[in-house]
Amino acid sequence: MSDTILDIRNFSMIFGGLHAVNCVNIHIDKCEIVALIGPNGAGKTTLFNCITGLYTPTEGDITVYNSNKKTVRINGLNPNKITELGLARTFQNIRLFNSMTALENVMIGCHTRLKAGILGAILRDGKTRAEEQGVIDTSMGILKKLKLERYANETASNLPYGPQRLLEIARAMATEPQLLLLDEPAAGMNLAETKRLDYIISKIRDEEQITILLIEHDMNLVMSIAERIYVLDYGELIAEGTPAEIKANPAVIKAYLGE
Amino acid sequence: MKASFFKTLRTTLLNALWMMLITFPIMVIKVKPRESLVSWRWMNLLWVGIGTFSLSWIWRYLLSRRDKGSKLNAGRGREVLGLLWGKKKIRAVLLAALTLLVIWFPWIVNLYQVGIITSGLMFVILGLGLNIVIGYGGLLHLGYAAFYAMGAYNYALMYLYWGMQFWLALPLGAVSGALFGILIGFPVLRLRGDYLAIVTLAFGEIMRLLLLNLSDFTKGAEGIAQIPRAAFIRALSLQEATNYLFYICAVLVAFSIFIIRRLENSRIGRALEAMREDEIAAQSMGINLTRNKLITFALGAFWAGLAGVILAAKTTYINPGSFTLLESVMILVAVVLGGMGSIPGVILGALLVTLIPEYFRALSDYRMLMFGVVLVIMPIFRPRGIIPKLRKHYTVKEVDCSS
Repeated sequence: MSDTILDIRNFSMIFGGLHAVNCVNIHIDKCEIVALIGPNGAGKTTLFNCITGLYTPTEGDITVYNSNKKTVRINGLNPNKITELGLARTFQNIRLFNSMTALENVMIGCHTRLKAGILGAILRDGKTRAEEQGVIDTSMGILKKLKLERYANETASNLPYGPQRLLEIARAMATEPQLLLLDEPAAGMNLAETKRLDYIISKIRDEEQITILLIEHDMNLVMSIAERIYVLDYGELIAEGTPAEIKANPAVIKAYLGE
Repeated sequence: MKASFFKTLRTTLLNALWMMLITFPIMVIKVKPRESLVSWRWMNLLWVGIGTFSLSWIWRYLLSRRDKGSKLNAGRGREVLGLLWGKKKIRAVLLAALTLLVIWFPWIVNLYQVGIITSGLMFVILGLGLNIVIGYGGLLHLGYAAFYAMGAYNYALMYLYWGMQFWLALPLGAVSGALFGILIGFPVLRLRGDYLAIVTLAFGEIMRLLLLNLSDFTKGAEGIAQIPRAAFIRALSLQEATNYLFYICAVLVAFSIFIIRRLENSRIGRALEAMREDEIAAQSMGINLTRNKLITFALGAFWAGLAGVILAAKTTYINPGSFTLLESVMILVAVVLGGMGSIPGVILGALLVTLIPEYFRALSDYRMLMFGVVLVIMPIFRPRGIIPKLRKHYTVKEVDCSS
């Protein structure tokens, strides 16, 4: 437990009378790839929204362990604060900045790691200029890593579907996260694109030491890259374990995987 | 081809017939109650028919041209211009020519013209300011005239009570505009789109009504007169003072373009645009919405305050009647017409909106009608404005990027 990066305890989210997520405990260690699976409406995205600050959890604690061993309870913090702490996410229904170019999308991801203010922007002193050039270089570097560089100056809404999903990942990576939360990254992708995604996710983890938590319905992808899997059903955690254990778990087979 | 021709013919004919039918009671029948006579003006019906038919035909022709994509040509012209502008030497020459033109301008035209152009330039400053709020921040603001009034009354009242000078009032007016922008920004932080528009509209009206009704302090509807013009080292004649203000305006326009361009291509500018595109995603990318919305309001209001001080110095008389909703809407029209988020577009839009009514005084009764027509035509033919915003193109050196 010493290198835990995210710890969720007794977490519940209640909307009116609906228990969207009920008393869930999840912990994620550094450099793991963890998957969260379950049928539609099980509360997976709700959990994501709570972790990233879009919702405030009804009960429980969400704690982030920073790289310098600082622990922060993030319930109810603003999303931008949580991003600053090193959590970044992508969205299930793609939410790119549509009329901006791909490169600009990634550049916005760098926002929290920059300092330039209004005065800097107006005076455009040496420091600001260096920072600005740095942003362009880093952003281009990230695009290259995900093989998106040819779309750099293309408006985000003009990108094909697969690259749009990848661009969301690129944008999230620009925030320099420790933990990357991917909400159905393979949704709508074809077989070849999913294969590449598999490779990219492992590469991000191995090269950048970024921990990954992903929600996914594509079981081939989940079983091949996840090291541990949590299964949610009707807001309850019904199983936890390695892919092999999950595949053999009768409760999971009944609720989600099918015979 | 032939089939589509007959189809167009049929619809245009139908349109004409329909128009003839609905205008029949007002165009044809004329009742003279005194003589208890009804006159039937059948010729009018014919004119309505011919007029509608030809207008409808032209409309259809333009629509079909649009669909064929004749925009390509316009895009190419823009590209050539961009290429010229990109060359440093040519840009320097163009800028020098423009500067010379501005310096010469008051000497080649009469006083009246200089006054009109000065109002146009003032409007450019206002348009550029509102463009920050609407074009970059995506916050539909209908009470912009309130900030304008803030600047103008700031100067007028400070002169009235403390004998404030123009040159001191100018920065103070701008800063107080910005502060007022932040103040208004707080209560509307959670609003967007239509709701924001309604609330800001109300703020604009509240401001005007306050100025109107706090008559002990602001002199109410009577207004404040004899506000001094911009001070110079010596006393100026009317002609000289007008020219002087024109130069001040020109310099301030250049100044605002310079500042806003820099803001646009910076971390702050990007954050504002991200906020416009998608608030939730922007937040998740680490952008502080509260802070950035307040920055947007403050930056927008700053320029309105500045323009307000100039207005007070230009007209030497202000009253709440100059800051009605119509004023806010005119600035909005300038921004939308020119192209939201596009600096050259907004400049052109602001000049069109102020100069056309001035130069076509004869048609001033039809101003609202013209606005109506423009507001119908623009979204169909140029939905992104006369000069739409171009995205910045980043060229990246192919050396040592991947390591």
